[in-house]
Amino acid sequence: MGFLPVLLWTDALFFLLLGIGVVTIVHVRREAPLRAAWRRVGSRPSGMAAAVILLAFLVIGLVDSLHFRQQLPTTEGAPANAPIAYSSEVLSALDMLLAPLRTRVEKTYSAPFATELYARETVELPGGGQARIYPRLAWGGAHLGEDIGERDADLATRLATGLAGALELWVAVAAILVVILARRRGNGMREAARAVWRGETVLAWRSALVTLGGVLVVSILAIKLAPYYHVFGTDKVGQDVLYLSLKSVRTALIIGTLTTLVMLPFAVALGIIAGYLGGWVDDVIQYVYTVLNAIPGVLLIAAAVLMMQVVIDTHPQWFSTAAERADARLLALCLILGITSWTGLCRLLRGETLKLRELEYVQAARAFGVGTPAILRRHVLPNVMHIVLIALVMDFSGLVLAEAVLSYVGIGVDPTTISFGTMINMARAELAREPMVWWSLMAAFAFMFVLVLSANLFADVVRDAFDPRRS
Amino acid sequence: MFAYVLRRLLYALPILIGVNLVTFGLFFVVNSPDDMARMQLGVKRVTPEAIERWKAERGYDRPLFFNGAVHGSAQVMDTIFFQKSLKMFSFDFGRADDGRDIAQEIRDRMGPSLALALPTFVLGLVASVSLALILVFFRASYLDFWGVVLCVAMMSISSLFYIIGGQWLVSKLWALVPISGYAPGLDATRFLVLPVAISVIAGVGSSARWYRTIFLEEISRDYVRTARAKGLSERVVLFRHVLKNAMIPILTGVVVVIPLLFMGSLLVESFFGIPGLGSYTIDAINAQDFAVVRAMVFIGSVLYIVGLILTDISYTLVDPRVRLE
Repeated sequence: MGFLPVLLWTDALFFLLLGIGVVTIVHVRREAPLRAAWRRVGSRPSGMAAAVILLAFLVIGLVDSLHFRQQLPTTEGAPANAPIAYSSEVLSALDMLLAPLRTRVEKTYSAPFATELYARETVELPGGGQARIYPRLAWGGAHLGEDIGERDADLATRLATGLAGALELWVAVAAILVVILARRRGNGMREAARAVWRGETVLAWRSALVTLGGVLVVSILAIKLAPYYHVFGTDKVGQDVLYLSLKSVRTALIIGTLTTLVMLPFAVALGIIAGYLGGWVDDVIQYVYTVLNAIPGVLLIAAAVLMMQVVIDTHPQWFSTAAERADARLLALCLILGITSWTGLCRLLRGETLKLRELEYVQAARAFGVGTPAILRRHVLPNVMHIVLIALVMDFSGLVLAEAVLSYVGIGVDPTTISFGTMINMARAELAREPMVWWSLMAAFAFMFVLVLSANLFADVVRDAFDPRRS
Repeated sequence: MFAYVLRRLLYALPILIGVNLVTFGLFFVVNSPDDMARMQLGVKRVTPEAIERWKAERGYDRPLFFNGAVHGSAQVMDTIFFQKSLKMFSFDFGRADDGRDIAQEIRDRMGPSLALALPTFVLGLVASVSLALILVFFRASYLDFWGVVLCVAMMSISSLFYIIGGQWLVSKLWALVPISGYAPGLDATRFLVLPVAISVIAGVGSSARWYRTIFLEEISRDYVRTARAKGLSERVVLFRHVLKNAMIPILTGVVVVIPLLFMGSLLVESFFGIPGLGSYTIDAINAQDFAVVRAMVFIGSVLYIVGLILTDISYTLVDPRVRLE
């Protein structure tokens, strides 16, 4: 079946960000000081562990950013040259991988690994009459048939095979790593393995391997169990919570990275121009960011989101699918968050440029008659990039947390976009139910906690490595 | 000092005008009042008459900047910009969609907001500064290491989790305090204990870590070495010298938020049903009551500027070297 690739705005920007990342890596490999700084990041166990987890999340987000529309089956008797029709539903590669999770929808709530719905229902008995029973789930544990008593044994065997598979894969990865390290170090496999085991390698490979082990165990267990059970249960409309959590990862990553990306050009340009030129230019730029700073952030976001909603609602002709409209709102949210958060970075860059301007090498460049744009590009910009990098990684975790709160308040992403905020929002009344429905809340919070914690740890390590005051 | 404050207040005027222009642009230029009316009325009930009535009820039927239909000063005064934007400087915010006077509503709701925000602020400050001091006192030990780990873990948890989890545990499972609600006077205490405790716990991780770095920076300075060389005990060095000198960076971050306490806390107030300004704002956002959101933006920026001035004044109190001229 054919398909039509769809490039949403956030996809394009996300790929652009990845491209910038690749270019940066190539650049870093050539520059000795930058290489040394990144080696400092890699030598910290917490940095390597966090990087492994972030990489896993990044892969999920990336696979979820490849969007397309499926071709609709051609209708009977249509002319052969009829235009090909595509479904209006925009899917991603992750949706295809998780197709069993996406399509196996139950009637309503069910607990993790449950085989029955969470509450009794009145059903008609085949021989006439009614009974209050826990109805059997359509998909959860469906392979067990009627003997649901077998569930625990079935779970145990699947857990055991999953663990064994994860261990196998982990050993393979560890062996490959040891071989590569042994090649690099030019000594035997045994020495390389011992160095990794004792944590004596330059980069903290031991911590990376341990974390990778954890990631492999969790993901392989999920792969083994998810086709047969609802690992995190189902939500109110019977959707698999694991599927919702995995889909939320992309939204969180987009908000956390694109917000900084879209505000970066303004913050950097205005910051270094204000600091370098001074005078009335400085006054105007300072005035602009003081005004934006004076407005309480949440209210500015609320006002802007309300207004943006009006714009989107009054121009339905701009968007051909619902996904595009939701995507426009996501991008707009990034822009709005960026507008409220660029002021801090701009002020930092202005201050740093004020200092750089008086340094000898800048003075010398000016004495040689180098023009202002060239000085800014060649001498100022490279020397403030560490501040930009630190801001990028430090802002990420705060933005992920902010998305959840804003979506909860109703000024975040589109209600149809799956995100941690919308998951929590839908689940908020569930704790009051009897029996209590805790799984969708806990899944959203657990995913967010792991993502934000590793982002925080990684940010700390990056800041320590790049901030000259801290080394 | 008086002249300085006066000058700062005058500097504040252009900033407030800027804030006003930004909100005016957002609410009236990006979208015309017609668009807003259409969205509020919903798709089904939109007729030209309904839109006109909606605009007339709210006073949005005037021209934006210049009214050619009337004469004299009314040409400028009988416009949306004057009526809706400039009048805010006299704290006249007009009426909300439910017909109540916004300024009066704000005065009524300030009390509950402060009753929640002030104890949260004071207790949070005391808790995080003491925690930071303990960590610094035992620096480079296992206690310090695991304390920092705990702080990072605590700041990685969504504030929604603290609120939802705390409400469920304390109010539902243990039934110690009511889940939500508010009562005036001393009765408010039993409604406020839980929200205050939750807000303090939710904030302590990041602020304790922040104060710890400030203290550590201070502790590597020369005067600390001198104090130790004099034979002062670590306790005296820490509490008498380091704490005092760390006040300046701490004040920079702390004083500026004091006036904003009036604004209340959006999340906590709406979860616990406290009739303060935070829940007022949330309700206005959900009901798309633009007049209230505009008023809160204006008040928020006034309070922010007051906070900046207070910060400068507080420097003179803790550091005799700083003089405001």
